[in-house]
Amino acid sequence: MTTTDYDPNVVLSTENDFKVVGTRPVRHDGVDKVTGRAIYGADYDASGLLHGKILRSPHAHAKIISIDTSKAEALDGVHAVVTAADFPEAADKIMELGEDETKLRDLRGNILARDKVLYVGHAIAGIAATNAHVAEEALSLIEVEFEVLPSVMTTDEAMADGAPILHEDQTTEELGDDSGVVSNVAKHFQHIKGDIAEGFKQADVIVEREYNTVTVHQGYIAPHNGTAFWSADGRLHIWCETQGSFVVRDSLADLLDMPVSMIRVTPTEIGGGFGGKIPIYVEPVAALLSKKTGTPVKIVMTRKETFEGSGPTPGSKIKIKVGATKEGKITAAHAWMAMEAGAYAGSPVGAAAQCVFAAYDLENGLIDGFDVVVNKPKTAAYRAPGSPNAAFGFEQALNELAEKLGMDPIDLRLKNVATEGTRRVDGPVFQRIGAKEVLESMREHAHYLSEKQEGSGRGVAIGFWFNIGFDSACNIALNKDGTVNLTEGSTDVGGSRTSIAMQAAEVLGISAEDVRPSVVDTDTIGFTAVTGGSRTTFATGWAAYEAAQDVKKQCITRAASIWDVDPDHLQMEDGIISSKTDSELKMTIKELAAQLSDTGGGITGRASVKPRGVGGSFCGNIVDLSIDQETGKITIDRFTAIQDAGKALHPSYVEGQMQGGSVQGIGWELNEEYFMSDEGKMNNTSLLDYRMPTALDLPMIDTVIVEVANPGHPFGVRGIGEANIVPPTPAIANAVYDSCGSRITQLPMSPGSILEALKS
Amino acid sequence: MTTKTHVQTTINGEPVDFLCEPRQSLLECLRDVIGLTGTKEGCGDGNCGACTVNIDGRIVTSCLVLGVEAQGASIETIEGVADGTNLHPIQLAFLEGAALQCGICTPGFIIATKALLEKNPDPTEHEIRFWLANNLCRCTGYDKIVRAVQDAAKRMQEA
Amino acid sequence: MSGIIVVTNNFVRDIKDNQGGSLLKWIDYQAPESVADAVKILADSDGKARPLAGGTDLIVQLRVKDPRVNAETVVDIKKIPELNQMDYDKSGGLTIGAAVPLHLIYNNPDVIKHFPAIIDSASLIGGTPIQGRATLGGNLCNGAPSGDSIPNLVAHKVIATVAGPNGIREIPVEDVCTGPRQTSIDSNELLVSLYFPNPGEGFGANYIRFIPRNEMDIAVAGAGVSVNISNGKFVDARVCLASVAPKPILVEGASKALVGQPVNDESIQNAAEAAREAASPISDMRGTAEYRKHLCEVLTRRALNTAIERAGGN
Repeated sequence: MTTTDYDPNVVLSTENDFKVVGTRPVRHDGVDKVTGRAIYGADYDASGLLHGKILRSPHAHAKIISIDTSKAEALDGVHAVVTAADFPEAADKIMELGEDETKLRDLRGNILARDKVLYVGHAIAGIAATNAHVAEEALSLIEVEFEVLPSVMTTDEAMADGAPILHEDQTTEELGDDSGVVSNVAKHFQHIKGDIAEGFKQADVIVEREYNTVTVHQGYIAPHNGTAFWSADGRLHIWCETQGSFVVRDSLADLLDMPVSMIRVTPTEIGGGFGGKIPIYVEPVAALLSKKTGTPVKIVMTRKETFEGSGPTPGSKIKIKVGATKEGKITAAHAWMAMEAGAYAGSPVGAAAQCVFAAYDLENGLIDGFDVVVNKPKTAAYRAPGSPNAAFGFEQALNELAEKLGMDPIDLRLKNVATEGTRRVDGPVFQRIGAKEVLESMREHAHYLSEKQEGSGRGVAIGFWFNIGFDSACNIALNKDGTVNLTEGSTDVGGSRTSIAMQAAEVLGISAEDVRPSVVDTDTIGFTAVTGGSRTTFATGWAAYEAAQDVKKQCITRAASIWDVDPDHLQMEDGIISSKTDSELKMTIKELAAQLSDTGGGITGRASVKPRGVGGSFCGNIVDLSIDQETGKITIDRFTAIQDAGKALHPSYVEGQMQGGSVQGIGWELNEEYFMSDEGKMNNTSLLDYRMPTALDLPMIDTVIVEVANPGHPFGVRGIGEANIVPPTPAIANAVYDSCGSRITQLPMSPGSILEALKS
Repeated sequence: MTTKTHVQTTINGEPVDFLCEPRQSLLECLRDVIGLTGTKEGCGDGNCGACTVNIDGRIVTSCLVLGVEAQGASIETIEGVADGTNLHPIQLAFLEGAALQCGICTPGFIIATKALLEKNPDPTEHEIRFWLANNLCRCTGYDKIVRAVQDAAKRMQEA
Repeated sequence: MSGIIVVTNNFVRDIKDNQGGSLLKWIDYQAPESVADAVKILADSDGKARPLAGGTDLIVQLRVKDPRVNAETVVDIKKIPELNQMDYDKSGGLTIGAAVPLHLIYNNPDVIKHFPAIIDSASLIGGTPIQGRATLGGNLCNGAPSGDSIPNLVAHKVIATVAGPNGIREIPVEDVCTGPRQTSIDSNELLVSLYFPNPGEGFGANYIRFIPRNEMDIAVAGAGVSVNISNGKFVDARVCLASVAPKPILVEGASKALVGQPVNDESIQNAAEAAREAASPISDMRGTAEYRKHLCEVLTRRALNTAIERAGGN
């Protein structure tokens, strides 16, 4: 065992009055996953299955003059070829897609390019064949005539005067109004609080700097996949790895112009998502191919396709200006942020704007956000989308400010920290939040109090991500042995079916093992929004709580009828129904369950919720690193993540999220990037050259779970999946500065760039 | 062009014959021909380790082995790690230590860990991290995986 | 390119266009059991057959349809006895068959005892599962400028034994690579084995590379070195660099800077600077040319210090 003189994983618990919540049961789907039995999307098989492949653009920007599929169709073993022309024409509309919204026309254009290709990897045609080898061979027989156009790869290029335009019909929305100006800037918006000009006048110290980040990928290990079967009765059935089965269903209904009731989506187990498996890519192509062939068609992306043809998170340019009095009170802050949306509008700059100053109580703040289209894949959500980019700027600027003021960087943050009642620059007023408690835990942590190793650097930073509410549904059926079957619609990326089941168990007074949770298809459960926005344990957990309350109420009513007493005189606690007045009247839920059939039939609880009491979570990092002075290589020596979980339902899972998010942040910081050629091709489309951290690149990731209960949830839960990826980039940058005295403002911090900084 | 080769192997202790084309990787044969889908594909070029299997006592990435090369080989996949309904101590350690989140990399990690602990029953943290560097996990940050391997080593020594 | 109408036949592509998980193209498979049979298959195939040992490069190249690997037949050479030998002889030399996987090499007692520096390369090519298959022979024949074993083989003055239609020939390993992924081994020839001669007294060697991750990466630069030390002086020395030229380069200037000189920091630094000067890298996604030249100096110095320590000279 790693020996440490402190507990590497601490839970600072505020509320221990629970039987199940806060414990660490083994996940219900665990045995299937350690024995290889769990069925992921690529594992799905069906009789008569055909295999699909997708032809993708070799050009970053080009007009499609013509597509000739005849030779491909003639190849032995090829059953069908589809292009954008196979989509029904439907009027454009705005679609709600999980955390984002997009135009139907844009989504359709991204699935299969119609008139233009907008990035290397843009899908053009799909082929279904007897096996994947034949399908891949047939791709090379499709002839496409392109007129190649100049491309733009960064916000700078895209925003420049005279830049090549991706969408001739896209005019900039300027501060809420259509400017009528055709440009690659889809939108410029502002959030204003107070008067920053006045604020900067009051400042004794001002820091102003520009920060740049590049495109990175979520890096889930299972590539996108989907199987479609268009039955002779007109119904379409999809099996796929998705973070939102209902998003898949509803998107397909719009794209294919058919009623949602004609589409059934069965979510398989999912090999990672991190936001990237919210949008659909291959599912509609598989559906069109199945419609043509009458047989099931499966499409599984390669790793290269996953990099080039799915949705990474954007590169960005961020300019920060922040001023403070010599006592450390921030008087004004301005964040100017431009983010690459990829080929179609909709970067996470909106979320970045909500997060950039969220941890602080600012009197005067201004946020400018620019959503900019470029010739890269359309970006998708990636764990706290936008917030890490923003924090890379602002949290570095704060450390610079602290240094100028001669203050401890945590003290500076505490002096300005947001608390209950703080109005954010973008408007909302915080309910009870844990930013202050996280910072205080950081300041008191053994890591922060320890002496640094000789030659190492230490950095700190914090980050924010909200929780979204949205719709969730849950059904609970009581079995005759007192166990329950729980069905819900949140696809489970990392153990959520257990954290949801635990909430039902807590209400019913039974063990987590006595709840059998299942993630079911869209025909079988009420509408449930995406697994994203740190909402699943929070919101679907709430649905489970309500459904369990429904079961509990029915149990009490049933017992009352059996005993012929007033239900108001009964209670149910720890799985025992008893009378408040007659101590003789007592029955366990198991005893009741055994009599259900004879006493009026089964008991099923149900709930559909759209919770509003959303919390939001803060996470802080303390990081120690050392730099090889001759090569510039950074070694992370020690890493501590401290996050407010509200109430940690399953502390191991909370720790797991914190550790996983931290390491994604470390990868983002050190080595990950889309290395683009001048022609707009990604040069590193393998997992050898897209350098995600390996086990050997990391220390243990120590955790502290802070619990500041969310008053908006029955157990105080906050969604904790995302905030943990926000602080690593600035915390490491701050540690690099501490180590070598240079401010690195460009990600990733490759060894070569660090060596340059060491020299200067 | 469609000639298939008859390959005779032993998989998880049982004789298994299959037909395959020379261009099919062992991974494709396991998943698509034989139907053992516990072995996963994450990258197709040996860099993620999700397709790790054990051939004749050595772990390999099965996407970089041809099915025809498996003639006469003894192959262990994730489906053969548990003894009937008794999970292997490594599987128990991963389960109880919450060392998996999405679970797609887990079969590869368990196969690789088993080979490590059979060779080195008491590895250091560094030895564990080195051995498993060819297995990518994007969910856990590896912390709980490394601890699960340490825990499994202890369980196996006590067994 | 703007405005030009281009008809794209998507079959003709850059290798990069197929990177990352494409499927294998059609191949035939043969598994001869003798060198003669293997050579015959190679010779009869009009340059369209490729030996398959560990396959960790070849299968990836077949997947990406690398035009430099125009293979219609793969010749599995793992059933040929001579290619599986590991033989430490009376003269103190070691023969390693071309198909011996790395894990057998670094677990071999003779290697551990007599040629421990080979393990530097054998244990860092790919990760553990790659080392279950990959071979030194394959690493050499693949001829990548970044091949992690090649500088080490050169430092050990290895002799390659090659069989062809005209019989057996021996090639000093530094003459094998001729350019990026090009070798002096003809398409109708087969690498049979690598011979590590007795390195002599006071010998020490080392290979190190620089990569951004700690494993699973392509060398940004690599340095394989060897020294023979007697009475506090270098009596022989070799420095060979990876990833900084179209092929691994033996740095003559480094040998000159060391041989006859006392074992001290100054000699080592002179050799390191010679390595820096000899490097002619390109700038690409792995690093800039200037950074790679700098790394050559750093790696050569560090590798020499380790080699000297192993030689018992420090």
